[in-house]
Amino acid sequence: MTDVRDKKPASGFNRRAFISGAAGAASFPLLAQAAGAAESTAAAHDPSLPVDVTLQVNGTAKSLNVDARTTLLDALREHIGLTGSKKGCDHGQCGACTVMVGGRRVLSCLTLALTVQDKQITTIEGLSQGDKLHPMQQAFIDQDAFQCGYCTPGQIVSAIACVKEGHATNDDDIREYMSGNICRCAAYPNIVAAVKQAAPAMADEPKG
Amino acid sequence: MRPITYQRATDAPSAVQALAAAASANNPLIDAAVQPLAGGTTLLDLMKLDVMRPSVLVDINPLSDAWSAVTLDGGNLKLGVLARMSDVAANPDVQRNYLVIAESLKLAASPQLRNMASLGGNVLQRTRCTYFRDVSYDNCNKRNPGSGCAAMNGFNRTHAVLGTSEQCIATYPGDFAQALIARDATVEITGKSGVRSMRFAE
Repeated sequence: MTDVRDKKPASGFNRRAFISGAAGAASFPLLAQAAGAAESTAAAHDPSLPVDVTLQVNGTAKSLNVDARTTLLDALREHIGLTGSKKGCDHGQCGACTVMVGGRRVLSCLTLALTVQDKQITTIEGLSQGDKLHPMQQAFIDQDAFQCGYCTPGQIVSAIACVKEGHATNDDDIREYMSGNICRCAAYPNIVAAVKQAAPAMADEPKG
Repeated sequence: MRPITYQRATDAPSAVQALAAAASANNPLIDAAVQPLAGGTTLLDLMKLDVMRPSVLVDINPLSDAWSAVTLDGGNLKLGVLARMSDVAANPDVQRNYLVIAESLKLAASPQLRNMASLGGNVLQRTRCTYFRDVSYDNCNKRNPGSGCAAMNGFNRTHAVLGTSEQCIATYPGDFAQALIARDATVEITGKSGVRSMRFAE
């Protein structure tokens, strides 16, 4: 979705909101319409107009007004300002955008923000408790499990899911179940070590 | 990506109606202006590439309660169309009695994609042919019927050898579908004229 580059803050004045407001079309009831009304609805709604979205991100409700095409990744990065989740390929191949939605790791670049409004979303920014890092974050530091760091937020979120799914019991499983996160610096041996270090420390966490 | 209108399906009949209304013989469901959205892992990818160009997405995930069950009943395994690849691969009944299905799902894609992708979408996924995915090539019979096939004289080392035609040498990318054929599965299809069944291989 590289053509949607709305550098708009989550609230406040902006050009698009001004134009839509001035045109007298400030509200766009869209959700939960009967799908049977598809054709008439498509005609009635100008798809270029933004829609209201409320996301539960790291325990906080965030209300946005975005284009219907906006991916969860773009909503997080461009609209909410949480730039920890990274855009690598934007096609679901690299894993840099991995976040937890409803306790499951998914690719935010292939998820429309509109589709996850009823789910709890956890990003890399939601893992630490104050200054105390999540055991997996600490393990990545201790084991030097990154070089450039671009893939690291996705790696850490994915690694936590990997442990919670019960797939971190041996090296082969860790490699297999971390295979959705590509590291072009090839820090893989250290990433495996980090997952092994953090797994016992995560034993008290609820299974995801 | 082109502008879209997003809708949530509230019940199966209206979702089917909305989708069927947009499809025709010359414009089958895969090319229709109204597309169902489940996992989105193929659809959003191809929309970003401008290969698929729907103007309306009908989010069928609200139908998950009814359509994602995996049940083993009297020796028959029934897989819900919205069940996710990872859930089916981890299902004890599937692992015990239908290992080929469990393995075909477990060994595909990545953990994140398997968490997202539905079984129905998996079956309907499109070819990974580079020429199909790149709209700067005009000649692709899959995208523009009658335009030719750029892969015929292009980089086609990974393209099909068997089961090809003069028109297309693209491969089908899924493993799960092969497992369904191996187990001679029957697929139950809900259309505008009701529910019908057919052998998956057909």
